[in-house]
Amino acid sequence: MADHQSKGAQAAPPRRLNWNDPDVRSVVYQVVAVSIVVAVAWFLISNTLHNLSIRNISTGFDFLGRESGFAIGESPIAFGPENTYARAILVGLLNTIRVAVIGIILATIIGTIVGIARLSKNWLIAKLSMIYVEVIRNVPLLLQLFFWYALITETLPGPRSAINLMPGVFMSNRGIKVPAPTDHFAFDLAAIGFLLAFVLIAIMANLAKKRQDATGKPFPIYRTALALLVGMPFLGWLIGGAPLELDVPKLQGFNYVGGATLTPEFAALLFGLVLYTAGFIAEVVRAGIQAVNYGQWEAAGAIGLTRTQTLRLIVLPQSLRVIIPPMTSQYLNLTKNSSLAVAIGYPDIVSIANTTLNQTGQAIEGIMIIMAVYLAISLSISFFMNWYNKHIALVER
Amino acid sequence: MTTATESLPPPTSTTGPIAWVRERLFSSPLNAILTILSVWLLLMSLPPFIEWALIKANFTAATSQECRAGGGACWAFIGVKYRLMLFGLYPYDEQWRPLLATIILIAMIIVSTIPRFWTVILLPIWVGGLILVSVLMWGGILGLKYVEDTLWGGLPLTLILSTFGIAIAFPFGVALALGRRSKMPAIKTLCVLYIELIRGVPLISMLFMSSVMLPLFLPEGFSIDKLLRAQIAIILFAAAYLAEVVRGGLQAIPKGQYEGADSLGLSYGQKMGFIILPQALKVVIPPLVSLFIAVFKDTSLVVIIGIYDLMQSTKVALTDPAWRGFSIEAYIFVSMIYFVFCYSMSKYSQNLEKRLATGHKR
Repeated sequence: MADHQSKGAQAAPPRRLNWNDPDVRSVVYQVVAVSIVVAVAWFLISNTLHNLSIRNISTGFDFLGRESGFAIGESPIAFGPENTYARAILVGLLNTIRVAVIGIILATIIGTIVGIARLSKNWLIAKLSMIYVEVIRNVPLLLQLFFWYALITETLPGPRSAINLMPGVFMSNRGIKVPAPTDHFAFDLAAIGFLLAFVLIAIMANLAKKRQDATGKPFPIYRTALALLVGMPFLGWLIGGAPLELDVPKLQGFNYVGGATLTPEFAALLFGLVLYTAGFIAEVVRAGIQAVNYGQWEAAGAIGLTRTQTLRLIVLPQSLRVIIPPMTSQYLNLTKNSSLAVAIGYPDIVSIANTTLNQTGQAIEGIMIIMAVYLAISLSISFFMNWYNKHIALVER
Repeated sequence: MTTATESLPPPTSTTGPIAWVRERLFSSPLNAILTILSVWLLLMSLPPFIEWALIKANFTAATSQECRAGGGACWAFIGVKYRLMLFGLYPYDEQWRPLLATIILIAMIIVSTIPRFWTVILLPIWVGGLILVSVLMWGGILGLKYVEDTLWGGLPLTLILSTFGIAIAFPFGVALALGRRSKMPAIKTLCVLYIELIRGVPLISMLFMSSVMLPLFLPEGFSIDKLLRAQIAIILFAAAYLAEVVRGGLQAIPKGQYEGADSLGLSYGQKMGFIILPQALKVVIPPLVSLFIAVFKDTSLVVIIGIYDLMQSTKVALTDPAWRGFSIEAYIFVSMIYFVFCYSMSKYSQNLEKRLATGHKR
């Protein structure tokens, strides 16, 4: 439309600036819009610089190299008050990534199961999943986090009368204690075996697909994958000399020593995030399955596939195309929601950046770090999911 | 003529409760196992919960010791603290005002859900309602005592933050959506940058920004109070999400509508105002309701910057040394309030979707 008119205008040689010419108007509008934005930005920045100089707040990221002077409750890498702010922020980042990655994996598993269960023919299962989804989705996540945190810290007994779920596992208001592998060569080998299993599964899946394409013979991929995932670490453990002793937590004085701890903060955050996001993922999965034409179910039934086979071989691969985009936004939501950690005291990136900006007074830098981290995480997740989406997208002729 | 013999009832193996149980609960070995497992789980969890929540619960105790003695839930805590939880620190004698404001806000939401009102009439209803709510809450005129907004709290504050948030974000969101669909590269870029930047960061970081950075942005000697800053953060945040919802609606309108409007010689404003937006906004009402639910739940995050919404008032109620350790009861109570609001809105949105759907569904 605009092109057509501008061509008409070009045909008439003496072109004058005319308000009725859409191209002219468009340029004017854009110039006005950009100048307003620039003016507002300049106004805010000049105010900010002025305010900073009155309040004697320094700018720049020099503070990152200074000693932080605070301790962090839990950290995957060694951290003490003598370490720098930069390292503190790295700890926060690692904590955020840790809860987000574990959360995404667990939420996907639980969400998919609940989503399928909602469509189950089993009345009880379908109703229970429906109640779960409705309750979880209609209560704010923050409230759920407070609830789980209160449940752990207030209703669980103290360490001395901890609930002993199974040998070596203790639940108390100081968190959940589990036995941890001791510092032994065999456990490193087991971890390597676990990682190796993934590589082998990828190779096997590829070969199996090629063989099925060539000969039509299927290969039991899932059972083999499961066997590899269990077998490879076991093999590593055997080669390392099969040590039997574990670092079992023991009650000493008022608390437990040894073993690995799931702190109340981490447990409450993970629990809340996983259950909340699983409720949403369940709906995404259900919608995806229902989006597959019912004729596909009927056709699969007609060629004699069972309901489970139909779901696994016919329906789920097709519904993945519908599921992936909203699933991506759920993953992004989970990652962003992990910032609620600050409310229950889990030292994630927001919580640590907040402490940092309170100590140094450098609010702008602190907020910029938080935003940059989340933007980077969000962009990488959507990048990966877009790649995966392309990978499974329908190839159209 | 022979009399028609009465038809026999269908065999009990295909109808009736036993058939139902067999069909819906034990249709396959896997289903049978699942059913037995869930029944076992329910038997393990429900009776203790009911015993805690109802049978052993105390509804009338005057002190926390008396309340705790029963070993069950202490609902008496809610009875003692509900005014604080619902209305925050608002002066006790004036609490009819937030109550009335809450009722007005809820009435506004209900009116907006009735399709008959989906016309321009919603605009005066919302503007008038929001002004009325502000007058009631602040006071200072019409013989009402002035109440500072630092004393506002509880349910009305949660409702205010979310309804004002959506209402004020609405025009911005529409403008951003139109800007993102614009053919002008500079305007499009600005809108895309804004939308993606906001959607990429958590609401908490926006709230932090509003509470620590906004004061630095303003000229010297000029300040806005905490509540307004949080409200601004929520508006900025909601606008980005609203823009994406509206954009979905704009994309759903067939191209012929745009071309038709153009060929009638309508200006851009007329085209959008009379032809495109009325259709596009109607399409996006269900996702708008979902967005409203999300914002309603997200306002609970203002707890983190210390504003006394429903969540924070509850936390304050929990700090009373005379009534310590009833968090679970309090959180269940607040959850039920949130649930009633969100569930009814989402049920409404589902019905709406069914009614508006004109496609062919099996």
